[in-house]
Amino acid sequence: MRAKLVEEARRQIEICNACRYCEGYCAVFPAINRQRAFAEGDVTQLANLCHNCRGCFYACQYTEPHEFALNLPRALAEVRQESWQDFAFPSLLARAFHRSGVAIALATVLGCILILWAIRLLGEQAGGGGFYVVMSHNAMVAIFLPAFLFPLFSLAVGLRRYWRAVAGGPVRLSMLLSAFGSAARLKNLAGGHGEGCNFEDEDRFSNARRWRHQMVMYGFLLCFASTCVATVMHYAFDLPAPYGPFSLPKLLGVPGGVLLSAGTLAMIELKLRADRDLAEPGVWGGEMAFMLLLFLVSTSGLALYAFGQTAALTALLTLHLGAVLAFFLLTPYSKMAHGFYRLAALVKDAQGPGG
Amino acid sequence: MVVVGGGNAALCAAMTASQAGARVLLLEGAPKPYRGGNSRHTRNFRCMHRGPLSVLTDSYGEAEYYDDLIAVTGGRTDESLARLAIRASEDCLPWMEAHGVRFQPSLSGTLSLSRTNAFFLGGGKALVNAYYRTARRLGVEVLYEAQVTHLELEGDRVSGLAFTYRGESHRIEPTSIVVASGGFQADTDWLARAWGPAAKNFLIRGTPYNRGVVLKDLLDQGVQSVGDPTQCHAVAIDGRAPKFDGGIVTRLDCVVYAIVVNKHGERFYDEGEDVWPKRYAIWGRLVAAQPDQVGYVIIDSKSLNLFMPSVFPPIEADSIEELADKMGLPKQKLRTTVDSFNAACGDDSGFHPTELDGVATRGIDPPKTNWARRICDPPFYGYSLRTGVTFTYLGLKVDERAQTSSDAGKIENLWAAGETMAGSILGQGYLAGFGMTIGTVFGRIAGREAAAHAS
Repeated sequence: MRAKLVEEARRQIEICNACRYCEGYCAVFPAINRQRAFAEGDVTQLANLCHNCRGCFYACQYTEPHEFALNLPRALAEVRQESWQDFAFPSLLARAFHRSGVAIALATVLGCILILWAIRLLGEQAGGGGFYVVMSHNAMVAIFLPAFLFPLFSLAVGLRRYWRAVAGGPVRLSMLLSAFGSAARLKNLAGGHGEGCNFEDEDRFSNARRWRHQMVMYGFLLCFASTCVATVMHYAFDLPAPYGPFSLPKLLGVPGGVLLSAGTLAMIELKLRADRDLAEPGVWGGEMAFMLLLFLVSTSGLALYAFGQTAALTALLTLHLGAVLAFFLLTPYSKMAHGFYRLAALVKDAQGPGG
Repeated sequence: MVVVGGGNAALCAAMTASQAGARVLLLEGAPKPYRGGNSRHTRNFRCMHRGPLSVLTDSYGEAEYYDDLIAVTGGRTDESLARLAIRASEDCLPWMEAHGVRFQPSLSGTLSLSRTNAFFLGGGKALVNAYYRTARRLGVEVLYEAQVTHLELEGDRVSGLAFTYRGESHRIEPTSIVVASGGFQADTDWLARAWGPAAKNFLIRGTPYNRGVVLKDLLDQGVQSVGDPTQCHAVAIDGRAPKFDGGIVTRLDCVVYAIVVNKHGERFYDEGEDVWPKRYAIWGRLVAAQPDQVGYVIIDSKSLNLFMPSVFPPIEADSIEELADKMGLPKQKLRTTVDSFNAACGDDSGFHPTELDGVATRGIDPPKTNWARRICDPPFYGYSLRTGVTFTYLGLKVDERAQTSSDAGKIENLWAAGETMAGSILGQGYLAGFGMTIGTVFGRIAGREAAAHAS
């Protein structure tokens, strides 16, 4: 399957390499121009470097009805998607969840059922304040530690496979700085001129996607930081939850949750307006469901904070923990994986020709 | 007012006129995906500048610019129009930016142009897209697949304009008309009338929609023309390119490192006469003069990575004989040609791929005066070469206000801009990026004049 997609992407890349008009849009074209022949690993690297800004599609003289029929954003998206599925461990799970929104919804329901079951089973041993009344800290750790560590392990396997496939070399600090710097600003969605990409309204440049994506990304990172800080407070300083409104976990978590909820909704709205043919249409449902899941994670978290003192506590906790559980477990097999592979591709790109 | 055409010059005229207060209808003959004529395939704009300007480095003054033009045209130009285009180009660049065009530093492989030519970010289609967006914002009405069939010239003015749109014929009576609908190169019958039957073997690098319908209509009614119908911007391109619209990716930059033979296996011109950016535009005519209008480039493995890749992979063979077989060339003759060329090559230790290195042949005709290295390291590679026409120079004669005339004098409400009048300035030869300069400068002038007349 991948060989065929790689072959089509290569055909298009070779046309791009003879043209070079798009050199200024993003990192993909300078990377193409450094080479003359493109092995499968090169195509995989280019595919993961592409941020799908679509600037090259609208600027292209060779899109259909021209006989060269270029649609590079889609060709690269298809290779990229296939590469995530091939590299994932185990690969079978990735095939299910990338493509199927229903599968993601089912996983979320299962997550909630598992949490509810745990509450019933372990609830009697619960002790402490806040939501620990419903489920003890130890019970949560017992469920979430493996649910956090296994996906990390799986991602590590995937990234290792990726690094081998693209013949990555030893990583230096400067490369990491370059990659994280690029991701922090989403430089590759800036269009070269800083006016953004061509996503929601044909060839009009806008930074909407860049802003909305960063709301999601920074919102998520704030939420994650909040959880980390709380863990440290719990174990190192013997300061268990619940935390007050001006505590560090809340100061990070509440704005993070609001950003994440607003950002995911905004991204969904944008994606509804975008042309599906300029990406891999087969994963549209999976991507939408993933964003809804992220929205559910943050919104249920915020609701838990707002209504945790009411009778809705158990229901909200079940929903939130169930969504978080599904989100963690699906990380290597859903759109969430893109961030890790994209960073790897940016590091590889910083290595320049020959890795 | 009506603008006939939908490329760079037409859009510049439409935007300028609209900003001057005119109500503008733009009639583009192509469907939307192919809008923009040859501008879709362009990539830069040659611009005079007295100091660093936007992405342009250093300076490029009027005198040097004009000298460059004289060098390629052999003096066949209209000095006052040429100088007008050159002087006005400096002011065009900020105007283009204000109307949505974004520039980028010179593309890889084109460093020699970083001082003289400003490259469009994303190329010509990105420029066309930006202009259509701006034009729409300025209130220009655009119709696609609207083919103008006739302009009714009555005395010193055009009284009406006929066009077809969605299968129906329409007639309107605009106050002012700007014609910016390109040359006639896509009408291969017309090319054949000018060139002889050889023209049937030419490839057309740009849009198949520039068939010269409006140009012919106006010439038939006695509108004054300029230029020679056999003159055009023609380059040698990969012989496997599509008949129309192959654009930039079909170019071949390897001639200077190669020998080029005709279908009889004979060399016919000094391949190393000058650096390729100064020679690519003459090779179109050289190939056109060969039997069947085809040439064959032969290189060996040591030269393969010295030039920009073409979209088509070269034909590869382990011997000259095998290559001759694969390319349909006479085996013995090609062997002899390569052998005598190799024998004429001397010390090539001074070979320098990007500079005139003086590494020349001795004792053969035609000589190769630079980059002459033996063709001896297998595998050998071959490309076929054909004449690729960009645009024809026969066009409408205009004055410095872009106004057309007939034998009776100025036509009071008809202006022309872009390739359809570029022959006024380009009598022969071509200067990279100058087509867009002419289109932008005269598009803006025509728009301004037409709007002033319309109010």
